[in-house]
Amino acid sequence: MDEFVNLKATELRLGLPGTNNVCEERVSCNSNNNKRALQADAENETETSPPRKTQIVGWPPVRSYRKNNVQTKKNESDGESQGIYVKVSMDGAPYLRKIDLSCYKGYSDLLKALELMFEFSVGEYSERDGYKGSDFVPTYEDKDGDWMLIGDVPWEMFECNCKRLRIMKGSEAKCLGSGV
Amino acid sequence: MDRRFPFKVLEHIFSFVDSNEDRNSVSLVCKSWFETERRTRKRVFVGNCYAVSPLKVARRFPKMRSLTLKGKPHFADYNLVPDGWGGYAWPWIEAMAARRPLLEEIRLKRMVVTDECLEKIAASFRDFKTLVLTSCEGFSTDGIAAIASTCRKLRDLELRECIVDDLGGDWLSYFPETSTSLVSLDFSCLDSEVKLSDLERLLSRSPNLKSLKLNRSVTLDVLESLLRRAPQLVELGTGSFSDELDPEEIAKLTKALSELKQLKSLSGLWDLLPEYIPLLYSVCPRLTSLNLSYATVQMPDLIDLLSRCSKLQKLWVMDLIEDKGLKTVALCCKELRELRVFPSGADLDETDVTLTEQGLVSVSEGCKKLESVLYFCVQFTNAALVSIAKNRPNFRCFRLCVMEPFAPDYRTQQPLDEGFKAIVEKCKDLRRLSVSGLLTDKAFEYIGVHAKKLRMLSIAFAGDSDLMLHHLLSGCQSLKKLEIRDCPFGDTALLENAAKLETMRSLWMSSCFVSFGACKQLSQKMPRLNVEVIDEHPPKTRPDSSPVERIYIYRTVAGPRLDTPEFVWTIHKSPEVGVSRLSIR
Repeated sequence: MDEFVNLKATELRLGLPGTNNVCEERVSCNSNNNKRALQADAENETETSPPRKTQIVGWPPVRSYRKNNVQTKKNESDGESQGIYVKVSMDGAPYLRKIDLSCYKGYSDLLKALELMFEFSVGEYSERDGYKGSDFVPTYEDKDGDWMLIGDVPWEMFECNCKRLRIMKGSEAKCLGSGV
Repeated sequence: MDRRFPFKVLEHIFSFVDSNEDRNSVSLVCKSWFETERRTRKRVFVGNCYAVSPLKVARRFPKMRSLTLKGKPHFADYNLVPDGWGGYAWPWIEAMAARRPLLEEIRLKRMVVTDECLEKIAASFRDFKTLVLTSCEGFSTDGIAAIASTCRKLRDLELRECIVDDLGGDWLSYFPETSTSLVSLDFSCLDSEVKLSDLERLLSRSPNLKSLKLNRSVTLDVLESLLRRAPQLVELGTGSFSDELDPEEIAKLTKALSELKQLKSLSGLWDLLPEYIPLLYSVCPRLTSLNLSYATVQMPDLIDLLSRCSKLQKLWVMDLIEDKGLKTVALCCKELRELRVFPSGADLDETDVTLTEQGLVSVSEGCKKLESVLYFCVQFTNAALVSIAKNRPNFRCFRLCVMEPFAPDYRTQQPLDEGFKAIVEKCKDLRRLSVSGLLTDKAFEYIGVHAKKLRMLSIAFAGDSDLMLHHLLSGCQSLKKLEIRDCPFGDTALLENAAKLETMRSLWMSSCFVSFGACKQLSQKMPRLNVEVIDEHPPKTRPDSSPVERIYIYRTVAGPRLDTPEFVWTIHKSPEVGVSRLSIR
């Protein structure tokens, strides 16, 4: 268990924990970008909006504070529903993450993103045997408070019922992983 | 015979003179008036913190109780001023702490305020009552905790759109249990959650609290409990307005809102869901100020709400209101004085809202008291501007942002010169103007000729030549602040009108054609101007003809400042030196 407490993961550096140069496009940045990076040059500050052909610094003249607050809202209301934000924890990892489930099309999408985020890999999934071939098992807590295996229910149902995610490791995982 | 009034008589007369401008005029009459005035001035306003030294101000006004300072240029709001430029509050706080310990109020705008500053304030001013920080940065919630815990007589603590290093919601618990003096509290710009019980207890023991602005982390389910403890509120900024409530909770919250009999101003309303709009019906008829600019509510729901706000004087809203919604405003909100319509889309290409020039025309027709407008719109027409000017000659502030740079009148393909001409011709009291769209030098000739009371002008992507600047500097008598970006003019107009610059607070120019040589000449010609060159990518050599990225010119009696960062150069007064970076290091 201890070998997993990766000291590098707790190292203080700029950037979200658990990332090296991983592309963050899937992960909605839920925190308001109110903290300015000290050395940011003017260009970067407008980068929260998707790139368009003529990106002019400081135009239209809207304060960053306002841009950031409305931006978050706009991202959330893209498509039909508001964002479905859930916390993700991994056993042994010293940090939590938060993700927007509505960003993902299905389980394989979600699992790929989680694998990248926490630098691990899930095993092969089968309905009967759960996840095999890895010490890590992705689980979620549903609205009833029960811990379920990710993938057991249809994706839409999962989106509605999921309260938070937990990537279990070790023996606890084995119990859950071997089916209901 | 001594013809002077005795000091006591003058003092009494001056006690009726409130405004800073009037007091400044009074102080210029003669020496004895200067002396009397300075000994009696309580509220001091410094529009540019680098125009004068803190020490001089502290010495001049022994009875100072309130200090208001502004730091960075206005265009810093739009990321045109790099971080680290300056605007530090510390030298001011330090000077006042040493010499004016009876200071009670500090208001800062666009300044860098550190925790050290806040701790110094808390430790130095025993009667400290009011702290208002607008668009400031550099401090953390620890600094706020220091103010909360130490200032026994604190009345106002307002953080307006500041960038705060948010270390958690603990700061709220630092208000001592004995503190009952709060009148206004605004922490809407903070991120983290405060403890509900701390907030409830604070409200319960603050009977004088008139203004409360919560942050987004305060969820809807707790709002009722807070309002119950503060039914006397005049201004309320809610937190998030989107959590799921059961019918009982909804009923309770509706009741709590209806009990706010004094409520005049409503803001916050983040993530306002349409189904919760009826909860606000009870407060609408009394509202004079409504800020919906963070609520992504669509037009039909907005109409629902606004049609009940017959007393509304100030409305901030997003372009989701569309022309139709503004028509309702024109019909129902006859007391409207100020309208701001902000863009909701991230891109210029997002045109899923039908907000056109027609919306503003409707409001200008229906709302006879309208005097201040900020309007973001994709395109405009001269005809609309002419109508608007005809309808509302009482405009004092007209800021139009046509979001497409260089956009002409979309019906006639003409520049918007004639439209803005109508505005400055008809609106004789115009104090502040922002222009946009396709504009030639002619537009600025009109402005120079007509806008005699204009104090602040903002220009982007406009004009043809030097004439533009010349018209403005030679024509606008009352001009105090001019900010220009991406306009094709240069040196001649600047040098010809150098004297004008000393009558103004400041001039900002970025991405224009100003040469380094002209900057040097200007600086030598005008000893009491600081000519600052801001250049994040300085060239290896600077021939006189090389263009300068950004310049900021301001009048000052304090000489060049000593706190410039590495990308700012103050042009030296002696010709041989060129530029210098004077620093304490």
